[in-house]
Amino acid sequence: MKSMRTTLAVLLAGATLVAAAVPLKTDAAHSSVSATFKQMNVPVESNFKRFNAQIDYDPAHPENASAKVDIDTASLDMGQADYNKEIAKKEWFNSAQFPKASFVSSSIKPAGAGKLAVTGKLTIKGKTQDVSFPISVKAQGAQQVFEGQLPIHRLAFNIGEGDWKDTSMLADDVIIKFRVAAGQ
Amino acid sequence: MQRYTNTAIVLHWLVAVLIVGAFALGLFMTDIPGFSPTKLRYYAWHKWAGVTVLLLAAVRLLWRLKNRPPELPADMPLWQRQAAHALHNVLYVFIFAVPLSGYFYTLAAGFPVVWFGVVQLPVLIAKNQALAETLQPVHYWLNMGMAAVVALHVLAALKHHVVDRDDTLRRMLPGRSR
Repeated sequence: MKSMRTTLAVLLAGATLVAAAVPLKTDAAHSSVSATFKQMNVPVESNFKRFNAQIDYDPAHPENASAKVDIDTASLDMGQADYNKEIAKKEWFNSAQFPKASFVSSSIKPAGAGKLAVTGKLTIKGKTQDVSFPISVKAQGAQQVFEGQLPIHRLAFNIGEGDWKDTSMLADDVIIKFRVAAGQ
Repeated sequence: MQRYTNTAIVLHWLVAVLIVGAFALGLFMTDIPGFSPTKLRYYAWHKWAGVTVLLLAAVRLLWRLKNRPPELPADMPLWQRQAAHALHNVLYVFIFAVPLSGYFYTLAAGFPVVWFGVVQLPVLIAKNQALAETLQPVHYWLNMGMAAVVALHVLAALKHHVVDRDDTLRRMLPGRSR
């Protein structure tokens, strides 16, 4: 009896270890992070060219999942080389002082088939906010594809200082969209 | 003397003012270094003006197809009549080609046009960096071509008015019809 209990405990511990599995490898070619904003009402979507997503996820134990995403703030591609240089400057991302924006999950809970409710801390330009947002997850071949979007307010992170605070020129609402494909 | 219809006169001068304004603004705004709200505002105005030219030019062309322009002075030599017709045709091509090239340029660059900040205009092509880099000089040189044709157009009109002292220019000026 005692040995059986031990066996069970070992098995459970083993299962937990498997559940907190090794992080998935992100497939950068099939992953993207973008910011969509409105400039004088014109919707503009721009991609972050460099980011690193680290996701622990086991479909059998989604509640044990965790995610950490680092985004290279100087890598936002506005479609024009001189605009890309501007965006790294002090009044925007201040990439010299804050090279990375990051998201670290604090809880991930299953929320129906193929859905997860994610809560965590978003840090941009040295300012941290608690955020929660839904994401979808689906298996695609050997990979898991995580997709979702997170609406934020750029002024809460001091993105666009001085004259750029004018929201009639550049709306406060920004939507961060992401797609991360990752597998073992 | 027979004048152009009031509709044609109004459309002509509206389009003329918008073309000169958008052309000057285009040269000016692209010379502003860096990135500022003012610069982006100028870009928006430039695009709004260009789209407006395109729209008015379409109305004008339709109007012209239904309303014969007044006759040229009777004593005008044949070669001048032919040159005038050819130049007007080329001018019409530019009036459409210049805003269209700009429209596709800005779409390729990933900045669709929201006319006067209100009307979202169709996004006909996806963002395409390589295409944007091709269309940028196309838009520039079409503008330079149009500027040359407009210069000829203005010089020819002034020549008729000042040298020949005929009614060619007056046909397009507002006034009481006689």
